Amino acid sequence: MKNMEKVLIKGNYAIAQAAVNAGCQCYFGYPITPQTEIGEYLSGKMQELGRGYVCAESELAAINMVMGAVSTGVKAMTSSSSCAVALMQEALSYAASDELPVVLVNVMRTGPGLGYIYPAQGDYNQAVTGGGNGDYKVIVLAPSCVQECIDLTYRAFYLAQKYRNPVIILADGLLGQMMEPAIFGEYPYPEVDTSSWALSGAKGREARAIYSCAREEKKQIQHIINLDQKFKTISKNETTYEEYNTEDADIIITAFGSMARNIKAAMNVLRQKGIKVGYIRPITLSPFPSDRIYELASSHKDFIVVEMNMGQMFKDVKYSVNGKAKCDLINRPCGEWLSVEEIVASVEKIMEKNYAASV
Amino acid sequence: MQQVFSIPKSFKNDFHFTFCPGCDHGIVMRLVAEVIDELNIRENIISSTSIGCSVFIYDFLNIDCVEAPHGRALASATGVKRAQPDKIVFTYSGDGDFASIGLAESMHTALRGEKITSFMINNTTYGMTGGQLGPTTTMGQKTTTSPMGRNKEYYGYPIKMAEHIALCDGTAFSARVAVDSVPHINEAKKAIKKAFQVQLDGLGFGFTEILSSCPTNWKMSPEQAHERIRGEMTEVFPLGVFKDITLK
Repeated sequence: MKNMEKVLIKGNYAIAQAAVNAGCQCYFGYPITPQTEIGEYLSGKMQELGRGYVCAESELAAINMVMGAVSTGVKAMTSSSSCAVALMQEALSYAASDELPVVLVNVMRTGPGLGYIYPAQGDYNQAVTGGGNGDYKVIVLAPSCVQECIDLTYRAFYLAQKYRNPVIILADGLLGQMMEPAIFGEYPYPEVDTSSWALSGAKGREARAIYSCAREEKKQIQHIINLDQKFKTISKNETTYEEYNTEDADIIITAFGSMARNIKAAMNVLRQKGIKVGYIRPITLSPFPSDRIYELASSHKDFIVVEMNMGQMFKDVKYSVNGKAKCDLINRPCGEWLSVEEIVASVEKIMEKNYAASV
Repeated sequence: MQQVFSIPKSFKNDFHFTFCPGCDHGIVMRLVAEVIDELNIRENIISSTSIGCSVFIYDFLNIDCVEAPHGRALASATGVKRAQPDKIVFTYSGDGDFASIGLAESMHTALRGEKITSFMINNTTYGMTGGQLGPTTTMGQKTTTSPMGRNKEYYGYPIKMAEHIALCDGTAFSARVAVDSVPHINEAKKAIKKAFQVQLDGLGFGFTEILSSCPTNWKMSPEQAHERIRGEMTEVFPLGVFKDITLK
């Protein structure tokens, strides 16, 4: 296998090179910190390889260029950050309805509004609930290290074409800007045949039209139901999470993306103190591993959610737990990671609040 | 017996005609279809469609189409062309889509010299939503959102798209035509063909603006509407070729 060399690389560059390896034929983008390196890297790389690249006039244009490109059956991508990803939500709604395999990287910064360039996880809701209009869902993949930036970029291109559904890679400024050792390997997925639907000019077949508008009520109803059914299939097949030490645990800490990085260390400290802590990290935020969380909650394990926003995934965990267990939140709106010590102290405080009476 | 009239191959033959009586979209779409036939590019063409009355092009033209959100047709077309440089790519938009909500995309596509072809129907109003003031509404024109007529204080001035596009270095051809009379229809067809030809020759962006009637929203008969194009509209939007780099 090629590319097995371990390299020290920044998250943004890792995503960009992984896109190249995945066979991304076109990249369209507009600069915004903290993801600009992706576009910088690909501007040269795509031209070297004779692939498509445009410095788009706006994020609106960039994602619509992606939609045009992927409608012809090729892989294409754009990347951006938070307030600019907000501009792309209309197109994501169209892409979901048009069933176009758009890949969008969101290297999150702080919000709302312009916010600032500190890392944050405040776009969780925007990503998983669909920031655009209408009933649709986007696949959301959340890497927690540079290696996963590579692995999930590969997976994003595959899932987008396999299910003809937009995919968001939800990273954050920490992952985008930090360097870690990682291995690229080769693109591990089979090529998806797009010839049955992609536009190529109506040669020797009926003309094709890709559009989201069904003017007859019955057709519109059926279209929305079909999209929903498709996502149920995606949920069944593609929900992934990392789980550790949950069997004997009394409390399970859950976090996604970069915020999950200190959880394992905090878990070890807490276990040394005799508190039986487990860990589950959703890798697909959409579809969300609700069934597994419900299962764990049903076997008397309480949940603590750690995230860098005001409690967005917390709501999904609470929904999944469905009253079967206690559910608490440890959070910070943006900025630096919560340290191991901070997490340990917060967990102990929650323990005191929840269990002091019964101890 | 010699057949003197037929539907172009690039036009569907099972369509249900949805445009208002006297609307010029039908004429322009037919011209586009005739040109696609004559250039023999039907099997190699992809259109990014716009929003507005122009969206229905995929109901009428027998070609591959991908829908773009309102104003984003030229961005979508850019994506198609960059992914498939050997395909012929075009957009067909109204003035609202091309010159208002999509102005940035339109100008930048021309500035980049994308090898695509764009047509803009200029009927001085938002037709599909029932005749509101648009970027091309003429001074004094009454619409549902300019009930006293367009004045500069509240609404500013109409945009002259063919001239603006001609100023972009990436533009190979930019013209304004009308379809109010047979001689004008013949001229319009030539410009539509030229806008495609510069793409086929790899020269740059090809653009044709077409002055068209919207009798329903203008509250005129089709005849009166064409009179308006010949009179007031061509005074504001003069017909002609504003850029043609093949003439150099």
